[in-house]
Amino acid sequence: MHISEGVLSAPVLAAGAALTTVGVAVGVRRMVSEQVPKVAVLASAFFVASLIHVPVGPSSVHLVLNGVTGLLLGWAAFPAILVGASLHALLFQFGGLTSLGVNTFTMACPALICHYAFGPLLRRGTRRAMQAAGFAAGAAAIALSGLLICLCLVLTGESFAEVAGLTLAAHLPVMVVEGLLTASCVTFLGRVKPELLGLGRRGAEGSGGAGPEGD
Amino acid sequence: MHLEEFAEGTTFVHAADPRVKLVVAVAFAIAVATSHSYPALVPALGLAAVLAAMARLNPRRLLARLAVVNVFVVLLWFFLPFTFPGSTVFQVGPLAATAEGIEASALITLRTNAIVLLTIALLGTTSIFNLVHALRHLRVPDKLVHTFFFCYRYIAVIHEEYTRLRHAMRVRCFRPRTNLHTYRSYAYLVGMLLIKSYERSVRIYQAMLCRGFRGEYPTFHHFHLHRRDVVSLATMAVLIGAIAWL
Repeated sequence: MHISEGVLSAPVLAAGAALTTVGVAVGVRRMVSEQVPKVAVLASAFFVASLIHVPVGPSSVHLVLNGVTGLLLGWAAFPAILVGASLHALLFQFGGLTSLGVNTFTMACPALICHYAFGPLLRRGTRRAMQAAGFAAGAAAIALSGLLICLCLVLTGESFAEVAGLTLAAHLPVMVVEGLLTASCVTFLGRVKPELLGLGRRGAEGSGGAGPEGD
Repeated sequence: MHLEEFAEGTTFVHAADPRVKLVVAVAFAIAVATSHSYPALVPALGLAAVLAAMARLNPRRLLARLAVVNVFVVLLWFFLPFTFPGSTVFQVGPLAATAEGIEASALITLRTNAIVLLTIALLGTTSIFNLVHALRHLRVPDKLVHTFFFCYRYIAVIHEEYTRLRHAMRVRCFRPRTNLHTYRSYAYLVGMLLIKSYERSVRIYQAMLCRGFRGEYPTFHHFHLHRRDVVSLATMAVLIGAIAWL
C-alpha cells in the first residue's frame, strides 16, 4: 500500500527519504555492474506481478511480493523497490514524489529483514523448509510493511490512529494471501531454478556461470 | 501496454527541458507537502492547474487519475474531522466534527491534488527515457540510473510474457476464486515470470558484453537548455519560493 502525497508530516517524509537513501546507497554499492540487468529485469517482473489482482472473498487484492523480492535480492531490494515505487508514482500516481522515500522504505525494509531472517531456512533446500520460509517471509513482509505505514501515520499525528488501524486491518487478508503465494512460489523456484534462490549449482552466483536456457 | 498516457504532445510543457521539469516538480512537491497555509496551497493548486491546462492533457484521463488519488483523501474525510481534538462544529450521533479536523482534511486535500496535478503536468508529459537521462545529469549514481532504465525498458516485454502465460491458463479453463488452487496457480505464474526475467537478464548482459559494455552507457541524444527553459526555471523558482514562504 502506498501513502499518497500531502498526507504525512515533513519530519516523517524526511526520515523516510533519509533511510531510503542509506538503503539504496548500500544496495547499489553491493551490486556489481553485472547484476544490474538481473536486478532491473526482476524489478520489471515484480512491477508486472503487482498488477495481478487475486480474489479474496467478494473483493480482490493486488500482489506486493516484497517477501520474495527480499529473499531473491537481499540489499538490492532497495534499489529495485525504489525503481518500482518511482514508476508507480510517475505512471499511475500511486504514492508520489515526496512520499517516495517513505513508500520505498516501508516495503524494502521488511524485504531486507525477511532476507536475513528466513534466507538461511530457505537455503536448507528441503521442500518443508522452503514452504515454511516462503510463508513466513511472505506474511511477515506484509505485516511489517503494514506496521511501518501505521507508524508513519501515527507519527504524523495521533488523530490518524483510526485510519492507521483501518490500514493495518486491510493488511491482514493480504498477509495470508501473500504468505500462501510466496510459499508456493518459492518451492516452485527451488524446483525449477534453484540458483535464483542461491541454491544448488555452485558458482552460479558471481561469475555469471548460469547460462541461458530454454527459448 | 501503454504506460505513458500523457507523454505525447507538442505543447510548451511537453517541449521543456526534462532536467528543468524534474527539478521544478521535486521542489514544488517539497514546498507544497511541507506547507500548512491556505494562502500558499490555493495558489499552488491554481499553478498546477494552469500547467496542466498548458499541457492540454486529456481531461477525462486526467480526472480518472485524480479520482484514484482522491479515494484515500475521501477515506481521510470520514475519519479526521472526528478524531482531531478542538472546537465542535457539528455532531453526527455521538461523533463531534471539529474545526481543526476539517481544516486538516482540507489542507491534505489541497496538498495531494496540487502535487499530483503538477506531477502529471510536468513529469507525465516527459517520456520515462528522458527522465532517466535527466537523472543522469542530476548526478544520480550510474548503476541506479541503469537499473531504472532497464526496468522500464523491459516492463512491456515482461508484460507480454505475462499475457501469454495468462492466455495459457485461460485455455486450460483457469478461473480465479478464493481457494488454495488459485493462489498456487498465481504463485507458479509469478515464479515463471521471475524465471523468464532472470534468464532474459542473463542474455541481456551477454549481449551487452558482446557490444563492448564496460559499465558506461553512452548517450547520443543530448539535452539543450534553451532560453525559454531558463526563463521557466526562474519563474517557477520565484513561484515555489513564494509558496514555501507563505
